[in-house]
Amino acid sequence: MSSAWSDRLPRRRLLGLLLVPLLIPRPASATVPNRLRPLIREATGGRPPRPGRVRLSLPALAESGNSVRLSVRVESPMTAKAHVKRIHIFAEKNPQPIIARFSLSPQTGRAEVSIRIRLAGTQRVVALAEMNDGSAWLASAHVVVTAAACGEGL
Amino acid sequence: MATARIHVPRTLTRGQVFEVRLLIRHPMETGQRYDNVGRTIPKNIVHTLICRYNGQPVFHAELFPGIAANPYFSFFTTAHSSGELEFMWTDDDGTTTSERVAITVSA
Repeated sequence: MSSAWSDRLPRRRLLGLLLVPLLIPRPASATVPNRLRPLIREATGGRPPRPGRVRLSLPALAESGNSVRLSVRVESPMTAKAHVKRIHIFAEKNPQPIIARFSLSPQTGRAEVSIRIRLAGTQRVVALAEMNDGSAWLASAHVVVTAAACGEGL
Repeated sequence: MATARIHVPRTLTRGQVFEVRLLIRHPMETGQRYDNVGRTIPKNIVHTLICRYNGQPVFHAELFPGIAANPYFSFFTTAHSSGELEFMWTDDDGTTTSERVAITVSA
């Protein structure tokens, strides 16, 4: 009985080791939909974007995908030395995932842009900010859309 | 028919970061829709928008069909001198429209 008990221990330990990867926090790229990855890579010139500094506001639930308000704000002093150069907005499941690309300058003063977008169904929206120092940051938001844009008779 | 509605603060002081709001009247046809006999309605969206402050570009946007009809924009810029803000946008038909608003900046 006792020998069978000790036999099982290493196996338990092995099983425990298998669970370890689940405990390691996943990088933000894990929350980036696969379809958007090549687009983001192209936008940043291959440099992997980090999560943070971007705040993306969208309603969690949109009754119609025809017009969904979106606001993006990037934390930046907006000086000649440190500013946001570009902001990209992507929607994972739209026929054309790129929605808009904005160019800003130190004169912008505050890196915040609001627009209204179309969403072809429930999906994840990603905002990517490119800084003048070459770093890139992103944020994503999930929106449930009850009636998608691009449907029949809309 | 006005083609756009523009909102900027009436009074500004030098160095003030202010919000610019712009609403353009445009169908933003995606090219993904069909008319009642099944023909594709040609794509026609505003694809470029630029805002200049006394001739200097302060905001530039490249737009795609994912922008809602009658596109709305809000962005910020810093007041430095009195003059005008010029908004210029171009759609797939090749139509370029521009609107200007005067701004007054006190020292």
